[in-house]
Amino acid sequence: MIVLAQQVASHPLSPMQPLLFYVFAALTVGSAWAIVLSQNIIRMAVYLLTTLAGVAAIYFMLNAEFLAAIQLIVYAGGTLILIVFGVMLTSKNPFMQLVTSPLERALGLFIAASVAVMAMVALLNSPVPGGAAAPAAPAGHDHVARIGRALLSDYLVPFELAAVLLLVVMVAAAYMARRTQR
Amino acid sequence: MSDLLLTISLPHFLVVSFLLLAAGISTMLTKRNAIGILIGVELVLNAAAINFVAFNHYGWPGVRAAPAIDGQMFAIFIIVLAAAEASVALAIFLNFYNNFGSIDVERADDLKA
Repeated sequence: MIVLAQQVASHPLSPMQPLLFYVFAALTVGSAWAIVLSQNIIRMAVYLLTTLAGVAAIYFMLNAEFLAAIQLIVYAGGTLILIVFGVMLTSKNPFMQLVTSPLERALGLFIAASVAVMAMVALLNSPVPGGAAAPAAPAGHDHVARIGRALLSDYLVPFELAAVLLLVVMVAAAYMARRTQR
Repeated sequence: MSDLLLTISLPHFLVVSFLLLAAGISTMLTKRNAIGILIGVELVLNAAAINFVAFNHYGWPGVRAAPAIDGQMFAIFIIVLAAAEASVALAIFLNFYNNFGSIDVERADDLKA
């Protein structure tokens, strides 16, 4: 199925490619804005799941299939579960609602909309390659092998730093979240 | 116009990324639940990662036999840092909840409960 999705996504003349892009873009952006409009924290977590899955599909459209798998495993499988556990541990009633005042909502939406409009105006005025067709990855090209080799050669220092960071984060999170004696 | 709609290229992915960024910023600004704010941060990080991968694919594709992967490497590190950040943030929120009995950020006006 992955190979099929990759072939459909990477073929520049396939009529399926724009359709798939619009479906996944609508899924991603729609559920992201559903997070903004929702007041229930459990619903927000579920909408985050569909957003993350949509982003993984967008990585597929960009010929980054290894990254899409990482996104599904680490984000949808790890970070999201962590968030749901956090929700369950920090509310007496998981369906509790903390309602924002209308003025704050309007102000937040205004700031976000102005950031988006500013970015789109910058995009219209910048020389990004517009209608260039995506270069298809050649047959037999193995992203995973190249990413693995790059991690242990060009990106060795960030890789080791990430390893140390994960150790520090694990110790710090276990220390901070411990049950304190009262 | 129909060419712009039917040929998916870099600006399409950038617009998706902008809308995701705007959703993340407005989630961060309007939620009172601390975990909601964390979800907004995750949205912003995903928008940045989409930008990296899209620019890698269209802006710096590399030679045809071996497409560049630098943007994908950045996105992998973004995912790692997001997971680390989420775990520390949730530990802080648990501590906050133990001290204040609530997850409402409006009540976090005191360093020592």
